[in-house]
Amino acid sequence: MHNETIGEHLVRCGVSRRRFLRFCLELAVVAPAGVAWADKTRGAEMARQIAGARRPSVIWLHMQDCTGCSETLLRTSAPDLAELILHLISLDYHETLMVGSGHQAEASLHQAMSENAGEYVLVVEGSIPRKDGGVYLKIAGENGIDLLERVAANAAAVISIGSCASWGGIPSAAHNPTDAVGVSSVVRDKAVVNIPGCPANPYILLATVLQYATAGTLPLLDDLGRPLFAYDRVLHDHCPRRAHFDKGEFAGAFGDEGHRKGWCLYHLGCKGPVTHAPCSTRHFNEVVDCWPIGIGAPCYGCTEKEIAFRVPMFDTVKPESFAPAASFAPIYHETKTVSPVAAGVAGAVIGGLAGAGLATARSLDKKDEEEES
Amino acid sequence: MNYATGSRARAVGGPIFTKTVVALLLIAALAVVLIAVRFALGLGATTAMNDGYAWGLWIAFDVVTGTAFGCGGFAIALLVYIANRGQYHPLVRPALLTSALGYSIAGFSVLLDLGRPWLAWKIPFMFWHWNPHSVLLEVALCIMAYMLVLWVELSPAFLEKARDSGSATLRNFAERTLPILRKSMLWVIALGMLLPTMHQSSLGSLLLLSGPRLHPLWNTPLLPLLFLISCIAMGFGAVVLESTLSSRYFGRSAHRDMLASLGGWILPIVSLFLLIRVVDLVVRDQLGALLALDRYGTMAAVEIALFAASIVMMRSQSQRLRLGNLFRASMCLMAAGTLYRFNVYLLAFQPGEHWGYFPSLTELLITVGLVAGEVAAFIVLVRLFPILEAGSSTTKIDPSPAGIGSTSPTA
Repeated sequence: MHNETIGEHLVRCGVSRRRFLRFCLELAVVAPAGVAWADKTRGAEMARQIAGARRPSVIWLHMQDCTGCSETLLRTSAPDLAELILHLISLDYHETLMVGSGHQAEASLHQAMSENAGEYVLVVEGSIPRKDGGVYLKIAGENGIDLLERVAANAAAVISIGSCASWGGIPSAAHNPTDAVGVSSVVRDKAVVNIPGCPANPYILLATVLQYATAGTLPLLDDLGRPLFAYDRVLHDHCPRRAHFDKGEFAGAFGDEGHRKGWCLYHLGCKGPVTHAPCSTRHFNEVVDCWPIGIGAPCYGCTEKEIAFRVPMFDTVKPESFAPAASFAPIYHETKTVSPVAAGVAGAVIGGLAGAGLATARSLDKKDEEEES
Repeated sequence: MNYATGSRARAVGGPIFTKTVVALLLIAALAVVLIAVRFALGLGATTAMNDGYAWGLWIAFDVVTGTAFGCGGFAIALLVYIANRGQYHPLVRPALLTSALGYSIAGFSVLLDLGRPWLAWKIPFMFWHWNPHSVLLEVALCIMAYMLVLWVELSPAFLEKARDSGSATLRNFAERTLPILRKSMLWVIALGMLLPTMHQSSLGSLLLLSGPRLHPLWNTPLLPLLFLISCIAMGFGAVVLESTLSSRYFGRSAHRDMLASLGGWILPIVSLFLLIRVVDLVVRDQLGALLALDRYGTMAAVEIALFAASIVMMRSQSQRLRLGNLFRASMCLMAAGTLYRFNVYLLAFQPGEHWGYFPSLTELLITVGLVAGEVAAFIVLVRLFPILEAGSSTTKIDPSPAGIGSTSPTA
């Protein structure tokens, strides 16, 4: 059963070819699946690739969390959760979703770990308390940190979902009473994919898991361990209110005229200009405008390690790009070229001047010494 | 000793076309060829400037940095005439020559940079078209006027040469002009004090006007003040360099004691600059940006470190009396001021996404050629005209009141 591919599994469960194709197309549209399927131009090709993959076994651990990330996942309708956990992945352990409880639940964790040792995907939700040996979190009598280390030891891939698992999130906010940290501070011998967000957008998890299942690779990551396909740009760049920012139209207070007209929320503390996240282009749960700025609330930077729960919510940030454009660079003309010859000449001139100057100073030193002696 | 007659200055004499001068002129000749190419093909084909970075190396170096180096005349004149320190008088003429050449190069570079340079003559004359709110107009008028003032301030050197020449016409002209100059020099000098304060600060205002397009590390309302203070320090650096190098090249006095105590005046000025710069960063809550190891923070840190290094090197009179040390401090000052100006004009200025600028080979070679030409002109002019003062390298400062009193420009 465990060597069954997704395609074989779907046939066995009676899912029609048409329904599966439609699902794949939905995935291409709503999920940020740019990496895994960027070269697939047709739904059929995508379907073939996904169908040929083996359903990955997924173990989902809860640490210090609010289960918000799981809740968001539950509210995803295309593909819906049932399709995801029953057909695409094999969700073998998830404390809030699994049917079993108590010893039964622990048995399934044990079984998933032993049957798929070295092959399962570990998803962690919530931060890990380290203080006093980690006693502030216990699951089945085991400290959270020990459980994580044990399960991560044989995992093929480790994914942190949400800001807590990525770098501590709310529980790590000053003054961090439980010394809460993210997964990458505990699991150091494996690459950890961070999917921050409070909650994280479930499609990013879906795309990452499916890329792993179909291609056996993990997505390219930025320096905070976030998949580039989703976190490569600040949401400010694709914000629907960006035009108001550029025009200098800002809401000054909640409920004022600017706020009611849908103007830019920058002065209300919006962290969009420094927050790398796909929120502005991929709203939550397929509901239009279902994301903070969409409902008139400033972004609070939940996908940034140094922003959310660190910088006060209504403090303004300094835009990374400090330059509202005076003029626009041509699209097809690269203006950032540095001629190597010019650079060489510039270097030679500067170096020559500095060298000649220092040599002169040296000879002046000698003269000084002669005069002194 | 007075300003108009400069009794102790003597032409250095000697051959004009030495190897050094010929080499410098060859580099300058290359620039002349490239300038012809620039006018034949246009700015787009020969420079790396674009609609985003409309100001490149020629503005950032030739104009903004070059005129700051040229503030040696301003710095020395401030000291000699405002602080009434007449003992520094021997430094005045060479400093003025450096300034006059520097400003002339700057003016010439602007012509290269203008799209239609043949219309530039209209700026000072067609006053009914002036926009009195324009900083750029202020800079243009002020630099043009100051260039004129500098050459007038320096003209006694040329007239003295004419007075001693064989031609009766020249002698007549010089003898009639020198007394007029002597009478009016006070006003010319006063104008020469005023103008640099106006345009050197305006060079800062220019970028202040770009508002949020300037990186916060440099974007301060004090930008004009910082430009003004730093130009005095850079001018001093240029004077030390010019004095030391010409003493080596022509075997003249380096005026070591004079330069050392002059450094004593510059030290508080550089310190004031650094104090304002750092306090401004603290007040505007930008220390974090300074410590961030990105290119902006690094460049700002290097610039501040260079200023600080020059202060350390010039900290005491005994340190300043070591010419090698003073020379290094001056190099630091000039490099720091240059970096500060490049940072503001090219690095901190961000016209928008996707724009970039690095000077093209043509731009670089033209700038190098212009500077080479400037140095050659300096050498030739001090050989021909009474600019440098003769004297041994152990010249002591005359601290007596008589020394000061005798420098009155109208005496």
